Amino acid sequence: MKYLERRVIHGLLLLIGVSILCFALSAAAPGNFFDEMKLNPQISPSTVAGLRARYGFDQPLVWRYGHWVESVLRGEWGYSFAYNCPVRSLLLVRARNTLILTGLATLLAWLIAVPLGVWTANRRGRWDDRLSMASTSLLLSVPELVIALVLLYWAVRIHTLPVGGMASVDFGGLGVQAKLFDLALHLVVPVTTLVLASLPLLVRHIRASMIEVLQAPFVQAARAHGIGGARLLFRYALPAAANPLSSLLGLSVGALLSGSLLVEVITGWPGLGPLLLDAALARDIYVVVGAVMASTLFMIFGGILADILLVAVDPRVRLGKV
Amino acid sequence: MRKKQKIVAALMLLVALHLAILLAGFIAPYNPATQNRDFPFVPPTRFHFADARGHFHLRPFIYQWTVRPEGFNEYEEARGREYPVQFFVRGPEYTIAGLVRSDVHLFGVEGPARIFLAGSDGFGRDQFSRIMYGGQISLAAGLLATGISLFLGLLVGCISGFYGSWIDESAMRLVELFLVLPWLYLLLAVRSFLPLHISPTQTFFLLVAVIGTIGWARPARLVRGIVLSAKGRKYVTASRGFGATDSYILRRHVLPHTYGVLLTQAALLVPQYIVAEVTLSFLGLGVSEPVSSWGNLLANLQQYNVLASYWWMFAPALALVIISLGYLKVANAIHERLQSDSI
Repeated sequence: MKYLERRVIHGLLLLIGVSILCFALSAAAPGNFFDEMKLNPQISPSTVAGLRARYGFDQPLVWRYGHWVESVLRGEWGYSFAYNCPVRSLLLVRARNTLILTGLATLLAWLIAVPLGVWTANRRGRWDDRLSMASTSLLLSVPELVIALVLLYWAVRIHTLPVGGMASVDFGGLGVQAKLFDLALHLVVPVTTLVLASLPLLVRHIRASMIEVLQAPFVQAARAHGIGGARLLFRYALPAAANPLSSLLGLSVGALLSGSLLVEVITGWPGLGPLLLDAALARDIYVVVGAVMASTLFMIFGGILADILLVAVDPRVRLGKV
Repeated sequence: MRKKQKIVAALMLLVALHLAILLAGFIAPYNPATQNRDFPFVPPTRFHFADARGHFHLRPFIYQWTVRPEGFNEYEEARGREYPVQFFVRGPEYTIAGLVRSDVHLFGVEGPARIFLAGSDGFGRDQFSRIMYGGQISLAAGLLATGISLFLGLLVGCISGFYGSWIDESAMRLVELFLVLPWLYLLLAVRSFLPLHISPTQTFFLLVAVIGTIGWARPARLVRGIVLSAKGRKYVTASRGFGATDSYILRRHVLPHTYGVLLTQAALLVPQYIVAEVTLSFLGLGVSEPVSSWGNLLANLQQYNVLASYWWMFAPALALVIISLGYLKVANAIHERLQSDSI
């Protein structure tokens, strides 16, 4: 478990680095929330100056950073100017919603990609492999934005799927089962978009690393022993191919988060994406920093999860031989 | 031989697309900003070969759209008069790349009819012309931002790979920082710290700078790896023994090794950055009206009624997909070529 500890510490350092980067960038920016406020004739200059002082914007950057770290330690994550409340209360719900979306999408994408990748690696060069390669390469060049819009168009056309948001208007009055069903209906479009967008890269990587493993001598030996078919592919070959795939899992979480931001905005899913976009437009910098930090946190968790899975799957890693 | 053909075919496609977009003024029949308030959301024009009397025409012709009396924004063809499609017609004046002035367009029809290859938008502006002109913005953003990324990546990669020690160490930590962040979050965060209310030209260059600066990390890491392996070669040691300076070694013995990677990265980054520009403009943080880009053309679809009723507003997406596909094919071809070279 030494390794895991190191990963966690590494993750913490990354978070600190990201926060410093965010603050440095915000200092380089010409203008802030209060400059926008100055343009409003209904707010007097003295009020703006007072607010500036209250939020510490008349202090140097280092002081502000220190102040922010203190508020993170208090569990507040800074203060939102636009919403007039601590950032944490905004982030928690939004982060949960993003987690539901990306978690489900990651799970589904991998559940589809692994069998598909393994199967096409085994059938390399045959018609089904060619079909899969052609369709993934086509899908690869369709941006998430386009996939989301097309799916939304489809949802509008068939009339049975909800077109935006996370819950129907009468959500509060539904029973538990009906609530889950309602949520599932709302998830169809965003999750399908994310799965379709992340699938081609996953399938291609899994296929490539499986092809490499299938050429290894131990696979030949297993074949000679009469082990074939699915048992060979999934029980023996797949764990050997897991090492490069585990880092792919970490990366795919990142790509999914980026995609999720866009999909959330398009489909009106109340996750981190719309929050970040609104905050970006209103220059609500602590919310921006908070949302970026939350997304980094997700990425780091994705990476750690991938490592744990790798340890569970690959005996060579477990024994410290790789 | 087959691989070479693949590269050539993909490159030809890309060159043709870029040329077409560069010559937007010539290929687009109308000025992208000209409004026809009487014809909002006109569907794409239909081409006909056989007229109402059953006569066959070798030259295709179109009918003018007229508003259906009882409908709202619904159109039907006015079968009264045929407008043959003409080539090399005179129309509104345009300049190509700011140099050549002309008023000859590839195709068009006689007034008062208008030819809408991809329908019209809410102001009755010709979508096809807007896509062509918008492509200039989107492509230029992608290409320029890629240039910035590759330049920064090459610079950082060379310095950190060649000189090593603490420079390398700190540069690679920074790379890690940039790679771990989901790019769209980073993009939005950086964009949010920059001014919003500025002129379209300023926005464009700001956008290019932001997108380009964010993507430097991956090329930097790749270049560093190559520089590391290249500077360990025996001929580098030999030339150092002969008294070669650092800059000579970098130029002569190290940089040529990086070209392959840079080329592949370029082919991968350009479509990504085009999508980045499109995404930002779609979200309202990029190029804004009246200038068109594929992003703000697609932003029309954020309105529910447009999404539900006017399928031709998806046309910019098609352009985006075709360009991405072209670049992807080229990237694949270069990648295969490099791999077969190194074996």
